[in-house]
Amino acid sequence: MGSWFARSRSIPYLLKRNISFLHANSSCKTLPPYKSPHGFRERPPASILSFRRLESAMVGKQAQAVAYTDDDGESQSIEFPGGRVGFTTQMEFISEATDKRVPCYRVLDDDGFPIAGTRFDQLDEETAVRMYKSMVSLQIMDTIFYEAQRQGRLSFYLTSTGEEAINIATAAALSPDDIILPQYREPGILLWRGFSIEEFASQCFGTKDGHGKGRQMPIHYGSKDLNFITVSSPIATQLPQAAGVAYSLKMDGKEACAVAFTGDGGTSEGDFHAAMNFAAVMEAPVLFICRNNGWAISTPVSEQFRSDGVVVKGQAYGIRSIRVDGNDALAVYSAIRAARMMVVREQKPVLVEALTYRVGHHSTSDDSTKYRSVKEIEQWKRSRNPMTRFRNWVQANGWWSDQEEAELRGTLRNQVLKAIQVAEKAEKPCLGDLFSDVYDKLPSNLQQQEKSLRQTITRHKQDFPPDVPL
Amino acid sequence: MACTTGRGITRIGNFSRIWSSPCRGLQTAVHDQSPPQTKSVNLFSAVNQALHIALDTDPRAYVFGEDVGFGGVFRCTTGLADQFGKRRVFNTPLCEQGIVGFAIGLAAMGNRAIAEIQFADYIFPAFDQIVNEAAKFRYRSGNQFNCGGLTIRTPYGAVGHGGHYHSQSPEAFFCHVPGIKVVIPRSPRQAKGLLLSSIRDPNPVVFLEPKWLYRLAVEEVPEQDYMLPLSEAEVIREGSDITLVGWGAQLSVMEQACMDAEKEGISCELVDLKTLIPWDKETVEASVNKTGRLLVSHEAPVTGGFGAEISASVVERCFTRLEAPVARVCGLDTPFPLVFEPFYMPTKNKILDAIKSTVKY
Ligand SMILES: Cc1ncc(C[n+]2csc(CCOP(=O)(O)OP(=O)(O)O)c2C)c(N)n1
Ligand SMILES: [Mg+2]
Repeated sequence: MGSWFARSRSIPYLLKRNISFLHANSSCKTLPPYKSPHGFRERPPASILSFRRLESAMVGKQAQAVAYTDDDGESQSIEFPGGRVGFTTQMEFISEATDKRVPCYRVLDDDGFPIAGTRFDQLDEETAVRMYKSMVSLQIMDTIFYEAQRQGRLSFYLTSTGEEAINIATAAALSPDDIILPQYREPGILLWRGFSIEEFASQCFGTKDGHGKGRQMPIHYGSKDLNFITVSSPIATQLPQAAGVAYSLKMDGKEACAVAFTGDGGTSEGDFHAAMNFAAVMEAPVLFICRNNGWAISTPVSEQFRSDGVVVKGQAYGIRSIRVDGNDALAVYSAIRAARMMVVREQKPVLVEALTYRVGHHSTSDDSTKYRSVKEIEQWKRSRNPMTRFRNWVQANGWWSDQEEAELRGTLRNQVLKAIQVAEKAEKPCLGDLFSDVYDKLPSNLQQQEKSLRQTITRHKQDFPPDVPL
Repeated sequence: MACTTGRGITRIGNFSRIWSSPCRGLQTAVHDQSPPQTKSVNLFSAVNQALHIALDTDPRAYVFGEDVGFGGVFRCTTGLADQFGKRRVFNTPLCEQGIVGFAIGLAAMGNRAIAEIQFADYIFPAFDQIVNEAAKFRYRSGNQFNCGGLTIRTPYGAVGHGGHYHSQSPEAFFCHVPGIKVVIPRSPRQAKGLLLSSIRDPNPVVFLEPKWLYRLAVEEVPEQDYMLPLSEAEVIREGSDITLVGWGAQLSVMEQACMDAEKEGISCELVDLKTLIPWDKETVEASVNKTGRLLVSHEAPVTGGFGAEISASVVERCFTRLEAPVARVCGLDTPFPLVFEPFYMPTKNKILDAIKSTVKY
């Protein structure tokens, strides 16, 4: 406020004056604090309060809504930078935990029957069957690619086993215009959007047909056409980027949002917190989806955070959030649809925590039986299986049969096997792709290095893989 | 034998369908005379032994990082939590800036904080803590505070199938930071002795472990507690025609080039720098003054790599003695690629060609 600025401008003057004053009279006293007759500090006269009111304390609607005021309003609260805050004479600490954990939204019970009284988006037959088929595709692709890696045909692989529902139901609930910023365990989004098994295989085998031109490790998919930004191994880096992507969509007035995935482990990175805060402050239409699968490689969630999971972190940043059973495709579908609607309509972020379990090893470089019990894994695989649960529901609706299941699995198996055989034999990207795309144009240092490398190749052909065309 | 398999990569993961790479273990190191109480171990076991000794000899030593509790993704911390307890050996949340910041605080209180960053490629979230905090902690406080008990261990370098984010060699970034030391061992025995020195050194150290050698390099390693000096380079092969300077896993490739050059009558001297900052210029200078030629080789991109610093220093100190331009055989100025890795790498034959042209210059 004006008065504050006036004061701040005169600070140098006051300082000088005070210094000379100090020299003149070393026993200078400052004003005594306001004391009540009982010796306790009480609310000072209103005039002092209004003097403290800051122009910068004027806040938007949102913050006012969360600031609490006492019953008798103004008289029981103080205006601070950031908003009006009620006060209390009780010295009370906010507990580190609530009495009850945030419950997770569920539609289907463990056996796939809708729980009485749950509200959810009714799926039509076509969408439901397509969702189930996509889950099966993801599962079969994972099984066979994983096997191929074990046989030494692929350098690396990572399955989404146990997280098929999150993958597919999320994809189904989004619009194809929504821009995905994946972590890495979300290939189902691509599958749903039309990335073919052959394209997956091309990337994993680093062939000339793969979108990444053989530069990155397997599973680092990306597709410009399908609005899926290429996977990057460093954890959580995509999250603040999502806020930027979303801000652009907002400025362009698009009817779409950014969708950023993270694992439970990813929420510990600084980037997660930067992302949440940026998205909230910039009112960026981004949907954060945390796949809380209990593990970050060997680290259980109990060693990752001490909060009630991830869902509660939203409120601290001013972000609406929901916890959902990630193994319940119907619940995921409904929650993501509702969340997306809020994000796009209200133009602000929402956080979804999907509780699930990483049934597979972290990746082919990992043996998870070293740090968790086989019994635990088996239990999740059997009694909490997201695919069985959804299939039961689809089949109970009369939309799916055992015969269709068998046929689908047979067809998919052949398709995946064939895709692998083809990709395995396919040519690698040509040598020029080693140097291109570092910049938009080849700078002179790279031109020289390419020339010199080609001379080396002529001299020592045997040193280089024969399947890379020169 | 230093090298347990001719086709390096088959021992790391079960990935056989990659381009065959030359043996990555070092030949020279094993010819050393070993004291009697040694055991043949690989590099990750040597690191494990050093950590074991560090925890055992100093009750104020701690070991932590992502997945360290169950032994670490490269098995370097196996058994430590069982033996020393979860309060001294523990998993951290997945947050590199947190790991290093926490470690700096722990070290500032007079502890030995031995932090693991799972891959050197993932050290960058901690860059601020390392560059602006750890490196300047002593200086900015007028030596009232220091975090000298800090050691950051991290695996670096190519493995044959790591692509962009499991292969990088970021040493040069840290060599540009006064206040920290950068140490890279070439073999199991070196790893144990240098790691113990790094842990006990009163300065923060970034200790880069050649992950290609974790399983591949096997060597007789003394079982007891021993330290190898920092900032002392070592001539690991004597020669008279050209000096080759390198560190870590690259030395084994350079050594093979030296052996091939020898067959063609060229005598190469191979120097292991071991500590990159502060580095032992005198040993390199003495060698170049003897041979009159220098070749530097590292996996990191050539431009702005630490080879550039060595090259400039040698030109400053040995200008009149040089008989040919300094040769650099390094990684290309591209991100570290997957399929193209064999093209990107400073291979034996690239080095051999450079040796020959430098000697013939
Ligand atoms: C910055 C960074 N640090 C460490 C790693 C190594 N790393 C890869 S995946 C992973 C665990 C991630 O766990 P989470 O986020 O829960 O995802 P999940 O694998 O369970 O899907 C770690 C530590 C990395 N990729 N990036
Ligand atoms: Mg996880």
